[in-house]
Amino acid sequence: MINGTKIKVEHLNLHIGKEHILKDINLVIPEKQLTVILGPSGCGKTTLLKSFNRLTDLNPDVKISGHIFNGDEDILHPKTEITQLRKKMGLLSQSPYPLPMSIFDNITYGLKISGRRKKKFLIRRVENYLRQVSLWEEVKDRLKDPASALSIGQQQRLCLARGLAVDPEIILADEPTSALDPVSSKDIEEMFLKLKQRYTIVVVTHILRQARRIADYVIFMYLGEVIEHGPAEQIFEHPQHEMTKAYLKGAYN
Amino acid sequence: MNWKVLSIKSIRFFKVGRILKDKLHSSWMFVSFIIVLLLPFLLGIGLFLKSNLIIKEESLLQLLFSSQWHPMKGEFGFLPFIISSLWVTVLSILICGPICLFSAIHLTHYAKRGMLKIMHPVIDILAGIPSVIYGVWGIILIVPFISRLGASLGHPNSGYTILTGAIVLSVMIIPFILNILIEVINTVPQELEEASLSLGATKWETIKKVILKKSFPGIISAFGLGISRAFGETIAVLMVVGNVVKIPKGVFQPGYPLPSLIANNYGEMLSIPMYDSALMFAALILFVVVTAFNIGSRYLIIYSERRI
Repeated sequence: MINGTKIKVEHLNLHIGKEHILKDINLVIPEKQLTVILGPSGCGKTTLLKSFNRLTDLNPDVKISGHIFNGDEDILHPKTEITQLRKKMGLLSQSPYPLPMSIFDNITYGLKISGRRKKKFLIRRVENYLRQVSLWEEVKDRLKDPASALSIGQQQRLCLARGLAVDPEIILADEPTSALDPVSSKDIEEMFLKLKQRYTIVVVTHILRQARRIADYVIFMYLGEVIEHGPAEQIFEHPQHEMTKAYLKGAYN
Repeated sequence: MNWKVLSIKSIRFFKVGRILKDKLHSSWMFVSFIIVLLLPFLLGIGLFLKSNLIIKEESLLQLLFSSQWHPMKGEFGFLPFIISSLWVTVLSILICGPICLFSAIHLTHYAKRGMLKIMHPVIDILAGIPSVIYGVWGIILIVPFISRLGASLGHPNSGYTILTGAIVLSVMIIPFILNILIEVINTVPQELEEASLSLGATKWETIKKVILKKSFPGIISAFGLGISRAFGETIAVLMVVGNVVKIPKGVFQPGYPLPSLIANNYGEMLSIPMYDSALMFAALILFVVVTAFNIGSRYLIIYSERRI
């Protein structure tokens, strides 16, 4: 089932202050598939995700070593151009954080930053991406309204559209449904299944059932270590490691 | 008597006691709240009644827009004082505004975290210094500096000028504005910053377009508070601003703000007819302007919060 490799992590270690958060992580993330990083809360899933687009840089106490390759490019190399890198990775956070501006401006924010300012182009893009997340019909008459006026579920879809608008290669999602109601959660999951034909998607979750529903590839983490990773069927049907088996039985939940 | 009935009765009584206590306590709180609510109204009404005498005697327009200030002749034109107050306030905000905003951004987003811990006591100390000390500092340092600066720019002056007052004032209100600004900018969630960065924005773009925008209502309220304080600050300004009754034509000229007028003359010149009422009128102007300003900035806050 595995085609190409999109991201390759080698000997990744991450400390925050004196705490060893990520311990010698080695793994691959397959291209144009949906990878789930699974594990109990506090095992370093989110930190791993954020080191992919170097949001870990925001915390000055973080010390990071090892390599994360996106193709040939080492993401952690100090000379990597960080805004270009981040543009390749759309981020969807736990609860939606729409930018403090209108619905329209939320989508065009990334585009305008990269210098696309032609009004016609922007209008087309906004419609296109809002359609992709099935939000267009709901908001087409109030694009100038502040994004904060939308419901939480709509906001999360807007955030997804905003991320897609900068044309990323990878979508990073950090427990993207944890703040949403069941219907909105289902919307997001279905969108991921649609989007994985064109994007590499990495979803962090601690919800086993969600992982079973959407994953092509699974990375199981526990206390900062990758315990096991492999194609979804293999992990779910024939887990090799005792800890994985226990988690799948619900021992840690 | 049946024990069961008795116990039910006592339970009822006990319950009534608790409900009574509950009502009593909530009414206490209501009374305190009403007192706080009424205070500004009482103040306003008091000032109005006291200054009513002069408002009746001369027209309001005359009082506000005449620059003739001859209390002995019964002429009370407040324009020089109003203009002086505006000059000093606006100038002080212009001086300290950028300083406060940029240092708040630096402290919250560029400086090491330890700096904030050092800065907080510094800000508290600045805020706690009595204003008379700022006045003395102004006389010793700023007055000669302004005198020399003015002379070199072709505006010879005594050093006791509008600009001197504004500089002293701006230093005094920095801690108040800065404190709120730091608080406000820090409350912008980090996830919002991450969202902007992950769309390819640089740090400065994120600060300008997202963080400052998100904290805009808070920034307004910080400066609103600063302006209100500046407009009413008395002693320090009085000591350095020159106190000459004339409409100032430039920053190197002396001025005479409203608070100084009241502080300098109340209790001394009251033998002059109407003077008492005139000073009360000055206080009323201060009160109305500060109140209007508060209401205005509150409205702006609500309006801009709705837009984000």
